[in-house]
Amino acid sequence: MPGESNLNGSMAIRTESLCRYYAMGEALIRAVDGISVQIASGEFVALLGTSGSGKSSLLNLIAGLDRPTSGTVVVQKSDLAKFSREELAKYRLHTVGMVFQSFNLIPSMTLLENVELPLRFAEVERGKREGLAKQALERVGLSARLRHRPTELSGGEQQRASLARALINQPQFLLADEPTGNLDSQTGTEIMNFIREFNETLGMTIIMVTHERALAERYASRMIFLADGKLIGDQSNAVAATGGPSRGGGL
Amino acid sequence: MKTYDMAELAVRNLRESILRNSLTTVGISVGVASLVAMLSLGIGLQQLAGRRLQKSGLFDTVVVTSRRDLRGFNREQEENGPAPAESPALNEDARQKIAQLPNVLEAYPDIRFITELHYADKPYLTMMAGLPFSAKNNDAFDGMQGNFFSSDTAPEVILQKSFAGQLLGKTPKAGSEEASVTDLAKPLLGKQLTMRYAERTATPSTSQAEASNSAGTAYSVISREVTLKIVGVCDLDPDSMRGQARARVFLPLKLAQNLHVMQPSDLRDSTNMAGGTPAFTTVEVHVKSPTQVQTVEDAIKKMGFNTFSIVDATRSLRQFFAVLDLFLGIFGSLALAVASIGIINTLVMAILERRREIGIMKAIGASDGDVKGLFFAEAGVMGVFGGIVGVALGWTIGRVINLGTNVYLKRQHFPPEQIWFVPWWLVLGAIGFAIVVSLLSGLYPASRAARLDPVQALRYE
Repeated sequence: MPGESNLNGSMAIRTESLCRYYAMGEALIRAVDGISVQIASGEFVALLGTSGSGKSSLLNLIAGLDRPTSGTVVVQKSDLAKFSREELAKYRLHTVGMVFQSFNLIPSMTLLENVELPLRFAEVERGKREGLAKQALERVGLSARLRHRPTELSGGEQQRASLARALINQPQFLLADEPTGNLDSQTGTEIMNFIREFNETLGMTIIMVTHERALAERYASRMIFLADGKLIGDQSNAVAATGGPSRGGGL
Repeated sequence: MKTYDMAELAVRNLRESILRNSLTTVGISVGVASLVAMLSLGIGLQQLAGRRLQKSGLFDTVVVTSRRDLRGFNREQEENGPAPAESPALNEDARQKIAQLPNVLEAYPDIRFITELHYADKPYLTMMAGLPFSAKNNDAFDGMQGNFFSSDTAPEVILQKSFAGQLLGKTPKAGSEEASVTDLAKPLLGKQLTMRYAERTATPSTSQAEASNSAGTAYSVISREVTLKIVGVCDLDPDSMRGQARARVFLPLKLAQNLHVMQPSDLRDSTNMAGGTPAFTTVEVHVKSPTQVQTVEDAIKKMGFNTFSIVDATRSLRQFFAVLDLFLGIFGSLALAVASIGIINTLVMAILERRREIGIMKAIGASDGDVKGLFFAEAGVMGVFGGIVGVALGWTIGRVINLGTNVYLKRQHFPPEQIWFVPWWLVLGAIGFAIVVSLLSGLYPASRAARLDPVQALRYE
């Protein structure tokens, strides 16, 4: 079953015997322990597992936030392990967009400034930045909230703003770490619909970490199961691939 | 990230914890202020001393004597130069030649003679000296009562304090306080003195034989009288190093020259049978600045005269003040060093506080350089503000000290002095120094922030 789901045929992300160990005092934590997986461009992949299964660690490795202890992460034919710190930053800036469970907006900045921040790092001209940021916020329905600070907004609004920020540099990959974890089910659905829309209309490859199997089954085209840092299952999900209304989880 | 964006973000970050950052900036300001205050006082004192020395006329003066006359001030000159008999005479021609040398402000003969002055029908024997008009700016006349000569030929005199006392019959007793210049001047200013002197007049030669031996050397001495008005009483110290000061009555130099008073050297010249025109004993040469004294001296020596000058004391003065400024600067910098620890502390605290923010920025694509630059810019912005406020503060402190000193000087009956001076380079230098110190302080926190592991930083709550 693994590697079967070549939707568009082109391989976007490939990991080979990927390992990430942490030293915790005397003990060695094998957060990611020899994972080899291939993700095609345009896929909507859910990384499933209990807490401590290594799914977030795997996502961080793919996001270029962390470096593997051994093994390789090849994204569009280049090995992240061989990137310099500078190149990794550029990769995070242009190639991937990230969304987190706790939104991770900078509290001292307005929504507009938060969304504009990656444009500053990308050295986009001053005059163009505000327009682009407004456009992105409009896309997630936050036009009325441009000058608000994150703390003045609901969780759903904050997560939508962080989606806008993730999109601002037009990355190919959206990496989401429990994006609905802090939201009620209705707002969660709202966020998931946005993510699905990005997948379908923008052709973005989505990798979403979640522990909710139901959510994965509803939206993801493929589910990868992890336990103790190892890959224990990989299956495509025909239901979600249609993009139609959810019929509920199989469990 | 572009520099402008970085500065903008830095300013907004600083505004977020305005109290703490303001306090840190105040710390830098105090450091800069103490540095500026110390150095401006050092520079002010140096300028004051320089002005004083310049006014004293000690270090920009070359005294020229003829080799024919007295022996030079050191023997070497005599042995090396042409024989005394062949060396040129120090007469009016020579004076004009010297005056035309580069860097020479003026060259005037030293005319002094002992003569008899009559005041209130009593005779007084005293040394008189001609004073060039340029001496008006000499600091010896700072405490003078009355006025300086109205012109270079006016029949006027300035009395030295002790001579004025003598005229009034007030000889200071040992231990008692000296009479002040003001008290002495009151009864004397505007009064007349009669000076009896011997005039030297050239007489046509009487016989052929005499004419062939020494053409034009014949002169007669006639006793004359001239009335002079007292215009000033000055506080000069009669035992001072200065040439003119050894005289006790001064009259305008041109006037003294025109009177053709018999000079002590005239007598010797006539016994030597040398020179046709009257020669000067010494000529004083004023040089533009003490640093050019040596070159002027060399040029005059080449003309065949003996010269004497006091070694350029301004050089050792500058050296002294360089050391003084260094020490003042070090003390001033101590406060800045303490302030820089404040910056390090503030920024390290900011890193702890903004750990998560740094993690977020890295996750959305900030490079190490961006994060480093941001913290660096924050340090720099604090430095800029601290520097500007500090210079203003230091300027004020210096002004207040200057004001206080002048109030004190006024109470002690001294003229006010500028003991504090802030040059432009100090203003710009202090601001620059504050920025450099701030940036250096930011170096460690910034690189620490840049090295932060984003995964751990994001986990931090």
